[in-house]
Amino acid sequence: MKKFIRSLKEIVQYPAAMIGSIVIVFLIILSVVTVIVLPRQEAIRLWRGGDDTWQTSPKNAKPIWLNWFRREDLPKTIVVSTEDENVQRKVEIVDEEKSLKDIKYELTFDYPYQKFPQEISIFFDNKFENKSPYISATWITPDGREIKLTDFTADENHVYRFGLDSKLSRRVGGLDPHIGVFAKPDTDPPVALPGEYTLQITGLVFEENADVDAELVVYGQVHGLGGTDHRRRGIIIALLWGTPIALSFGLLAALGTTITTMIIAAFGVWYGGWVDELIQRITEIRLILPVLPILIMVGTFYSRSIWTMLGVLILLNIFGSSIKTYRAVFLQEKEAGYIEAAQAYGASNIRIIFRYLIPRIIPLMIPSLVVLIPSFVFLEASLAVLGLGDPTLPTWGKVMFDAQDNGALIEGNYYWILEPAFLLMFTGFAFAMVGFSLDRIFNPKLRGM
Amino acid sequence: MADDVIEALEKKENQEPSESEWKETGNGPILSIGNLRVWFELKKWGFAHAGYVRAVDDVSFDLEAGGALAIVGESGSGKTSLMKTILGLYEPHEGKIVFEDRDISRFNKKELDWYRSKVGFIQQDPYGALPPFMTVKTILEEPMKINDVKDPKEREERVLKVMEEVRLSPPQEYLEKFPHMLSGGQQQRVVIGRAMIMEPDLIVADEPVSMLDASVRVEILKLLESLQKSHNLAVIYITHDLSTVRYFSDRIFVMYAGELVEKAEVEQILHNALHPYTKALLKGTSEPDARNADIIKEIPPGEPPSLVNPPSGCRFHPRCPKKIDGLCEIKVPPEFEPAESGHLTACWLYDNDVDKT
Repeated sequence: MKKFIRSLKEIVQYPAAMIGSIVIVFLIILSVVTVIVLPRQEAIRLWRGGDDTWQTSPKNAKPIWLNWFRREDLPKTIVVSTEDENVQRKVEIVDEEKSLKDIKYELTFDYPYQKFPQEISIFFDNKFENKSPYISATWITPDGREIKLTDFTADENHVYRFGLDSKLSRRVGGLDPHIGVFAKPDTDPPVALPGEYTLQITGLVFEENADVDAELVVYGQVHGLGGTDHRRRGIIIALLWGTPIALSFGLLAALGTTITTMIIAAFGVWYGGWVDELIQRITEIRLILPVLPILIMVGTFYSRSIWTMLGVLILLNIFGSSIKTYRAVFLQEKEAGYIEAAQAYGASNIRIIFRYLIPRIIPLMIPSLVVLIPSFVFLEASLAVLGLGDPTLPTWGKVMFDAQDNGALIEGNYYWILEPAFLLMFTGFAFAMVGFSLDRIFNPKLRGM
Repeated sequence: MADDVIEALEKKENQEPSESEWKETGNGPILSIGNLRVWFELKKWGFAHAGYVRAVDDVSFDLEAGGALAIVGESGSGKTSLMKTILGLYEPHEGKIVFEDRDISRFNKKELDWYRSKVGFIQQDPYGALPPFMTVKTILEEPMKINDVKDPKEREERVLKVMEEVRLSPPQEYLEKFPHMLSGGQQQRVVIGRAMIMEPDLIVADEPVSMLDASVRVEILKLLESLQKSHNLAVIYITHDLSTVRYFSDRIFVMYAGELVEKAEVEQILHNALHPYTKALLKGTSEPDARNADIIKEIPPGEPPSLVNPPSGCRFHPRCPKKIDGLCEIKVPPEFEPAESGHLTACWLYDNDVDKT
């Protein structure tokens, strides 16, 4: 054991291993923080996301850090609500007997961008019993122009989308409404006018307790640290939650297969005869079985749960080609003098396998185990890309699947595919660096090469 | 509750014959081997019988408590198979191994464990004999763990005691070391310590010094000799090197092609070898003498025979310079006692009724 720890300390001498370890530690910390800050149920709820969960996020918006690399910032999402503290609510009584009241708001916000937002919506939250309120809205630009948006009798949860209002489009000179309301007059192509904009909302209510509330959302072209997808969800959630899932899946699969494979190989070699024969034949049959089609069949007909996949994957890999490698080493070791001595002083078969055969092979096993982890991470992502990801969990592979499904690359949403791909490569790179260095530490014969 | 304990204790007493009981059975042989045959089956296509490798054929001898004997022979003569069968690693094909008046082939698991703890094993290659991933302390503790010495304190005491006995002192300096950190001689002392830790009555040493530097050999042999004297150990010393035999063996058995061809006291063999094979073997032993450089030794022509299909009659006859035609190749020689008493040889030359011309 001490020798083992001493070997591990040697890792400091390999810069590659140090970089790899730092990355792995970073990924582990990220996983732990994610799981603590964003509990699993919460993440699943957000990822499943009904319409209102993400209604203030734009669709397919790029990540905000993209602005760091641009000369002109892309607009971020601006949300102003009548419930904000600095918004004044004015009530003018029109007719006391009939309980007629005007409720007026002025929603003011600063728009510093030259570019146009993606879309604009107003979400109303009205309270009334029988008679719906009558609402009118006016848009005031920084240069003082007043653009009448609309007036209508509103339902309880009315959503007014600028883009769907063709009359407004005509009023702003035939431009798309969300461009027209921000455009400088007489520019072609249109340029946005930065400055302070105001949205005036007047709600005429007909009942004593009736009320009008509204929320203006100016959807930006960048949103969140990870951008958003076609369902307005923040990709960052899948990127963050994908980390613990990927790491634990990779680690469990690698540990599960390596340890069982090693034990089976040891049993086969120690008992020999038909046990060994049987293990050899099963391995050979398993080696010609195609893993991916089997996983696809399991996913299609049985369950796509990540635990089912993990189990099937471990089962399929137990009799993998590494049995042959381990067997070769064990066969050599079986003839060692200390095994004979152990038999002579009465060590049982099980004791010989676990105390004498297996410890010798552990140095050989650890590097391959470390290198094996990312390959299972990749496999999990591949399954998700093929549409066989766990339906509930947000993972890196799922993000790539959605991206591919929605033509991310064709539409220029590179971030959508590159972010999870980068994390996958980052993980693979880190484990590979550590694994190869460990190989050199534990198998000194490789050092000269 | 108390009843359970008593019952358990009684059970234990009934199951495990106390040592003194065995010792009391008298001064008879500690190990008695009768007509032992160790044959390995050869198979065709994985199942069909295709004959046997007759590694040990019809070997009989007794070993007294505290006695030491050496088994000498070429590589492939069956020494190792004989040793492994005595250690219980191989199953005999026929014949009996009786240890302290009990037939080991009838042992159940528990008795077999007891037997294994009573027989120590010293191997040829000390580095290979020690698990490279265990410390000296773990190595020495393993036999005790296996044989139910459960108290860690007792284990440690015994480890320290045995290390003193094999002169690995001070023990603390070696306890936490791994085998590769020790010299060959120290490694072999650990191997001897491991064989001694269960306080055996019999030690089987398989060429214990052949892999060591000449300078260390004598020390190790002297150590074995002193352990044998102080613990009243019976020792079976297996070697192909006659020059190391005289250190502590009383008797020498010469083995050829699975059979014992000559059994005698050390001095008798060295000065009055009877069997032609023994004579040839003695000639082959070098003394460090410059004159030997120019002497071309007469060694028997040919090689040891195949054990699958050994020669008929006396197995040495194809190589024997004194072969008696019409007899040696037909009849297996019995043991004769032509010279001193206790000096036995299986050779027709010493049959008084045979015409030697």
